[in-house]
Amino acid sequence: MTHVRTLSLAPLSLTLLLALAACGGTDTAEAPDTAGADGSSAEGGGTGTAADGFSVTDPWIKAATEDDGMTAAFGEIANGTDTDVTVVAAAHEGAETAELHEVVGGGTEGTMREKEDGFLVPAGGTLPLTPGGDHIMLMGLTGDLEPGSETALTLEFADGSTAEFTAPVKEHAGANEEYEGGDGHEDGDQEHEGDDEHGDH
Amino acid sequence: MGAAGHPDGGRPRGRLSRRNLFLGGAAAGAGALGATLAQRALPADEPAPPSTPPPHGEQSVAFHGSRQAGVQTPPQAHATLLGIDLDPEVAAEGVRRLLFLLSDDAARLTRGEPALADTEPELARVPARLTVTFGFGPGLVERVDPDAVPDWLTDLPDFEHDDLDPAWGQTDLLLQVCADDPVTVSHAARILLKDTRAFGRLRWSQDGFRRAHGSQPDGTTMRNLMGQVDGTVNPAPGTEDFERLVWGGAGPDWLTGGTSLVLRRIATHLDTWDELDRPAREAVIGRRLSDGAPLTGDSEHDEPDFEAKGDGGLPVIADFAHVRRARTGDPDERMFRRGYNYEDRARGEAGLLFVSFQADPVRQFLPVQRRLDELDLLNQWVTAVGSAVYAVPPGCAEGGFVGQGLLEG
Repeated sequence: MTHVRTLSLAPLSLTLLLALAACGGTDTAEAPDTAGADGSSAEGGGTGTAADGFSVTDPWIKAATEDDGMTAAFGEIANGTDTDVTVVAAAHEGAETAELHEVVGGGTEGTMREKEDGFLVPAGGTLPLTPGGDHIMLMGLTGDLEPGSETALTLEFADGSTAEFTAPVKEHAGANEEYEGGDGHEDGDQEHEGDDEHGDH
Repeated sequence: MGAAGHPDGGRPRGRLSRRNLFLGGAAAGAGALGATLAQRALPADEPAPPSTPPPHGEQSVAFHGSRQAGVQTPPQAHATLLGIDLDPEVAAEGVRRLLFLLSDDAARLTRGEPALADTEPELARVPARLTVTFGFGPGLVERVDPDAVPDWLTDLPDFEHDDLDPAWGQTDLLLQVCADDPVTVSHAARILLKDTRAFGRLRWSQDGFRRAHGSQPDGTTMRNLMGQVDGTVNPAPGTEDFERLVWGGAGPDWLTGGTSLVLRRIATHLDTWDELDRPAREAVIGRRLSDGAPLTGDSEHDEPDFEAKGDGGLPVIADFAHVRRARTGDPDERMFRRGYNYEDRARGEAGLLFVSFQADPVRQFLPVQRRLDELDLLNQWVTAVGSAVYAVPPGCAEGGFVGQGLLEG
């Protein structure tokens, strides 16, 4: 179920990409391939873009409804380049915004907050995105994310390159950390989950 | 599961290592390669590794293949059968999403890998020959394509001696989860059910068991809880007979490479069975309790002699005996049985989860069941309380899902 597609879209901003997704219908993968874009950038190190070395294993998104408003995406990001790369932004075809989040506090007291500096993926290394850990927060869902469907996510790296991949949607009872400060989100889904095994502090 | 004629007895998973070279099942070529690699890895003066076999929990059965596993796979020690009803609003697109999720779960778990988003990944690390077999009830097939329902995928008629409870009845989907380790079965069932929550409701869960793994030589015919050797006459996987009887169906295209599954929950009245002494018990079946041999023979697999007469001129194997009634002269009226014992002590119920695979249950199962219903002394002590029939679609390739042929046909 892991489909990795790496696009070098250095000249395209995520905003534009989202716009393409919005008018283009179902699949943002049809965005124009600008593979000719040069990879020289702050992080590229002359060996290609960050996106060139990107791959993801077992991505998935927690099922949620439009009413839930938000959910999160997980998976293991790998950096096949010989320099550290940083994920600075994310986008999802079914969400108005996406943020890179971390969970702080640990134990049963974990709360999440935006990770201002992005996700650092070490050279030749991996970064796991997991419930209770770093994750991609999807907000302003524009439709239901139904279990068993597959949707497209896009990551943008510090060098401006982007990579898109699809992730299946799965039901999951966990991943309910609240925002730091406890102000919560519009209709946070946590209180409506059937089983509160853990996660809710 | 591989090609026909290679029933899967389990094969080692993971990379080749010294340890798993002791496992059978690997193709000869792969074994030779492994041996070479192992020798290279060893310094010349290192003593030969101890020949401790690896834990049987490491053995796995391939999920992907042209046929589903769990049919001709040698029966594992434990089984859980899950009967699921789809929610009314679930249509073809929902069925597809459900089967996609369940197939991915099954593919990972049978390899001994955690399912995606597995909340207890450590429990997945012991595959113990786990198989997950999908059966489709008419309700599922109809939602995809009402014209795709095979003629035989319909309720079996009510038999005189049945006392069917809908609580154990036909469901839209069946998941047969089998492994040689009960924790493996439990974890797999939990994962699969979590992924069905958005699509349906569990109507029943039926747990079955045989002798523990390794407690008897492989291939020993099971005994049911009445103490009888149960399943002696069974076509052998890999034979022409088996191919025809189990896989040789002429159903719709989407079922090519598939078969059917009949599930009967047969309650045994052990209290009244206890009133029978050994000679009576043997007469009811027509076989010896000690070794399962027919009353006219010397060993389990001897053919019963239905003509043989005893001292008083009466048949040695009585007219009412189970073996006589279960036998017909028609070689097509046979099926492959792969049942499990079950027990629910609090309900005072024990018995057999009768599971049979056959290309066409109406042609193969029904006539035999009719004969048994008409006359079989055993009926006094056994009653079917649950009954269901499922289409078992072909297997799927890596990246695909079970039922793809139905959804995309």
